[in-house]
Amino acid sequence: MAQYFASLNFLDLLGRLPAGVAQGLIWGIMALGVYITFRLLDIADLSVDGTFSTGGAVTVMLILAGVDAKIAILVAIVAGLAAGAVTGILHTRFGIPAILAGILTQYALYSVNLLIMGMSANKAVSVDKYNLIISGRNVPHAILIGGIFTIIVIAILYWFFGTEMGSGLRATGCNQEMAKAQGININAMKILGLSVSNGLVALAGGLASQYSGFADINSGRGSIVIGLAAVIIGEVIGEALLGKHLNFAGRLAFVIIGGIIYYVVYTLVLWLKIDSNLMKMFTAIIVAVFLAVPYLKGMARSSFGKAGKRSQQELKNAKEED
Amino acid sequence: MLEIKNIAKTFNLGTINEKKALNGLSLTLNDGDFVTVIGGNGAGKSTLLNAIAGVWPVDSGSILIDGEDVTGLQGFKRAKFIGRVFQDPMTGTAATMEIEENLALAMRRGKKRTLGWGVTKAEREIYKEKLATLNLGLEERMTAKVGLLSGGQRQALTLLMATLQKPKLLLLDEHTAALDPKTAQKVLDATDKIVNADKLTTLMITHNMKDAIAHGNRLIMLHDGQVIFDVSGEEKKNLTVKDLMDKFGVAAGEEFSNDRMVLG
Repeated sequence: MAQYFASLNFLDLLGRLPAGVAQGLIWGIMALGVYITFRLLDIADLSVDGTFSTGGAVTVMLILAGVDAKIAILVAIVAGLAAGAVTGILHTRFGIPAILAGILTQYALYSVNLLIMGMSANKAVSVDKYNLIISGRNVPHAILIGGIFTIIVIAILYWFFGTEMGSGLRATGCNQEMAKAQGININAMKILGLSVSNGLVALAGGLASQYSGFADINSGRGSIVIGLAAVIIGEVIGEALLGKHLNFAGRLAFVIIGGIIYYVVYTLVLWLKIDSNLMKMFTAIIVAVFLAVPYLKGMARSSFGKAGKRSQQELKNAKEED
Repeated sequence: MLEIKNIAKTFNLGTINEKKALNGLSLTLNDGDFVTVIGGNGAGKSTLLNAIAGVWPVDSGSILIDGEDVTGLQGFKRAKFIGRVFQDPMTGTAATMEIEENLALAMRRGKKRTLGWGVTKAEREIYKEKLATLNLGLEERMTAKVGLLSGGQRQALTLLMATLQKPKLLLLDEHTAALDPKTAQKVLDATDKIVNADKLTTLMITHNMKDAIAHGNRLIMLHDGQVIFDVSGEEKKNLTVKDLMDKFGVAAGEEFSNDRMVLG
């Protein structure tokens, strides 16, 4: 035990934290995509596991083909938008339940991503040879670029969801009957929301691949859970700190903060020399616990068990009075 | 304003639950008609309103609003002609959105949703005035989330939303049935005020026969998916609940004894 603690170097942790922040910013953008579907549209969209890899695959392959990294990222976003639209169309036009539509898209994207990467599971892109937007080799610069991207994305989302179209999308997620009665095409709104969401996820995938220096067919695996973790951690902290004053822009910002916290914890776990493969289990537990808390709180307020106990006590008191 | 020609709708065709809900129903509403709709359970009242609103397509027949054939239009496309208030106060509003955002959504009913601002400063003033007419103090809470309002407040808001842009047709599906008697009366009063002020062509379903007689200029009774009784003007004003019960008894035979119609 003493040997274990002696092997931990606190300065080493401090050295690693900035990289955690940079990754957190990138995954925060991914989590904003999840926020749109999960919180605003009330759909758990599993296509994101595929589109994250798609974003990486498209970006890296285009850069390797000599395309400018900025253009490559834009094309990756378009690929994400298209993948999201496929999920949306499967769901709205063909009546496939949203969760299954997402799974189908994700499953198909595995093959599509391999095709994009020339049937190779991993493609490296070196920052020495190519002019990348963001790289893990220069962490302060990566934090700056990640920060700029998150600010731009939050600004655009804040604006969009305040427009007539964005309000229509939020109404669709909140109450479909009401939306239809107000003349909103809810199918179009769902396709739009899924599309924008996956566009953001592909953007994050494209940034992540440049940051790590490679695109990997499995890079997106489980990203829906990480996205949910970031959304939920951000919400819990945002509501605890700001309470009623947490407005929409604040909510979006706290999703990013949730992503950063997730990666800082991830860095901490690695520093503690815990097998990183266990992180998936920890993440799942965190998400399950935070999703369960509001329900359990409600149950605590009104449970049959407590009502029964109160009743027994009252009956007993009444008897004693006799 | 509204012409319904011989519409039919059968649910669960070919199963043991097959139900002929609308059976060649025809009805014409004149401009400004305020029609109350009564009938027993399964008579086809809500089905009629859903057919007009375009919740699903009818099996046969035509529906024309202001001379335009809307039979082939999906519900959200018909919304530009129709204002609706539902039985469940939760159905007509978006709970997680603000009062003014809900009103702004209604203000744009049937219009193209652009990338312009969802709520503008100028329209806030209009909403404030309109909300004040409800006498519920909602004009002071315009940025409150609708989920915080009571059922009656939400129903009054839905009514305001349905009529914010003058609809060619207002459909009220037992919109006071889920409210306590006092609140129900308030919402009914507000309904009368708005419908009369804007001379809205209205169909109002109710289970309360007194209300059916007291409100509107015309009354129709449905049975087995058809209009079996249609009165207006003086004749309608002079109706009594007993008249209606008799009419209903003749049409329905003895079945009506186990119906949930309220005697008033």
